[in-house]
Amino acid sequence: MSIISPSVQRTRARRIRETLFRAAAMASLVFVVGPALWLVIEVIVRAVPHWHWNVLTTVSQGTSGGLENAVLGTLVIMLGVLIIAGTIGILAGIHFAELARPRKNGKASGAVLRTATEVLSGFPSIVLGYVGYIALCVGLHWGFSLLPALLILSLMVVPYIAKATESAIRQVPTNYREGAEALGMAPGYMLRRIVLKSALPGIVTGVLIALSIAGGETAPLLYTAGITNNLPSASLIHQPIGYLTYYVWTDYNQPTNEAHYVSYDAALILLVMVLVLLVTSRIIVARTQRHAEGNR
Amino acid sequence: MSVVGGDAESITALGPIRRTTLVRRIGALLRSNEEHVWRYSARSAAIIPLAGLAFVLSVLVLKAWPAVKVNGFSFLTSSAWQPGSTYGAVVHTNGVAHPPGSSYGAWPLIAGTLQTSIIAVLIALPISIGTAFALTERLPGWISKPLGFFVEILAGIPSVVVGLWGVLTLGPLLAQHVYPLIANHVPNVPVLNYFRGPTGYGEGLLTSGLVLGLMIVPIIASTTRDLFMQVPPLPKEGGEALGLTDAEVARWVTIPWVRSGIIGATVLGLGRALGETIAVAMVSGSVLGHVSPNIYGTMTTVAATIVSQLDSAATDGTGFAVATLAEAGLILAVISVAVNVAARIIVNRTSRLSAPVGRDS
Repeated sequence: MSIISPSVQRTRARRIRETLFRAAAMASLVFVVGPALWLVIEVIVRAVPHWHWNVLTTVSQGTSGGLENAVLGTLVIMLGVLIIAGTIGILAGIHFAELARPRKNGKASGAVLRTATEVLSGFPSIVLGYVGYIALCVGLHWGFSLLPALLILSLMVVPYIAKATESAIRQVPTNYREGAEALGMAPGYMLRRIVLKSALPGIVTGVLIALSIAGGETAPLLYTAGITNNLPSASLIHQPIGYLTYYVWTDYNQPTNEAHYVSYDAALILLVMVLVLLVTSRIIVARTQRHAEGNR
Repeated sequence: MSVVGGDAESITALGPIRRTTLVRRIGALLRSNEEHVWRYSARSAAIIPLAGLAFVLSVLVLKAWPAVKVNGFSFLTSSAWQPGSTYGAVVHTNGVAHPPGSSYGAWPLIAGTLQTSIIAVLIALPISIGTAFALTERLPGWISKPLGFFVEILAGIPSVVVGLWGVLTLGPLLAQHVYPLIANHVPNVPVLNYFRGPTGYGEGLLTSGLVLGLMIVPIIASTTRDLFMQVPPLPKEGGEALGLTDAEVARWVTIPWVRSGIIGATVLGLGRALGETIAVAMVSGSVLGHVSPNIYGTMTTVAATIVSQLDSAATDGTGFAVATLAEAGLILAVISVAVNVAARIIVNRTSRLSAPVGRDS
């Protein structure tokens, strides 16, 4: 007894530690999922009882009224980011994945550009917004308007799209390239017809996530896009544009109930938009993964 | 289509051909140089982030320079935030015009930024590792897949919505039921007495840290989950065959295997916490001029200050308040970039030193 007792004690300690570890793992899962569900339910509970569909068809009066201008404004902003950041980000991703490979002399080309992109992806968004305000809205006399907002948001999400594009291209099986090369395809033609085509789901996913980030941003927009209760106009500069996050941010602590409802409604619409984008991207991933396994 | 005069047949025959030849000629030109088209357009696109970064930094430095000259080194240590009088005669210091009585110090902002981010990481890292472990090792696929998806989606919830929940629901609830409980039962000893004292109304340091933690958990947890799934089963089975418990396998095999990846994800989360603006502006209380005396007190961060003060700073006729905000933004940018670079160095070093035996690449 006296001989085996230490090891029995140690076994018991290990068993207790194991149980504690498993319990802690489950508890941490609960600590992540619980507050998240709570948050989503809270927004729904606050918004739905007072929900009227005409918030989508009437423009805002600031602290009351609808949100048509904000919904359309957010969509316009997302469309602009899709065009600007989508083009730049995908091309930059192609550069990093295909063209900036380490050269034969061991010198990695594109290291500076890559580092700049990564630094930019961790750059505080409010600082970008501040620079947009100082340099574009004030410096270039563009005023609060769509174009500075688009440029700043695009600068913010280009690294995400570039990163997603790069990793999607890197995941294209080498067989595909070898097959294309064996058929005598020119490199550019192969890039377009084989590599980009196979990488397309990954690229689309990255772009959708970037759009959800752009649509949910507040800080960089406050001092670049300004705010207006009018519907989005066709002008890129000199005309402020409304967006959903502004109304969440300004109306929640206004004194009237109407203002609170505007805030909650905007939060609900934002949540739905972001969820649609993210779920779509997820479905694309799931479908293509199934496809890839079938091919193997 | 009505053709007046001429040979109708030849016109309809020529029209489409002419158009296609033009389109085709451009198409053929592009296609014969396709590789060059891709190469040059891709390279010029890849330069844009660098150019944008250079532009942003130079605007910041140019704009902040007058403020640096006036505020001096004490900007980093002083706690004052006095815009000065807008009615008095403009004062000149070192050749820079500013309102009389203006005095700025960023110490409370820097301290607040670091405090909230550190709280967020201290909370998020263990919870993320636990979540990743639960999702990959403990739960069956039919439940861990949707839960994992949910955790990923959480990263996409707009920060303003998280802030709304934090300020309306979480903060008041914690201030009413949880904070007093902690504050009244923590012993009055040197480190822990930071948890004592007035607990406020739910807007403050700890609430901000918790909200930030919730926001960066998805980033760290989903990356860690993906990393855990990449650990090959053989070493783990080897550990089990040697009699290790699940906890010991995680401690000695799984986590060391992907350590550099976890550090990278954590720093990504830290970067997001440092730069997060709107959520913190909503739940921190946005109180300038002092460092919170205990963990519940109101405070503010650099990012939250820029967003909440830029409006009123623009009314400073001398432009000095706006320049001071540029200086604050420059400090925040330097902190974020430094954290990023430090992470890269750490990741490079640990992945070189501690690569477990048998790990490919």
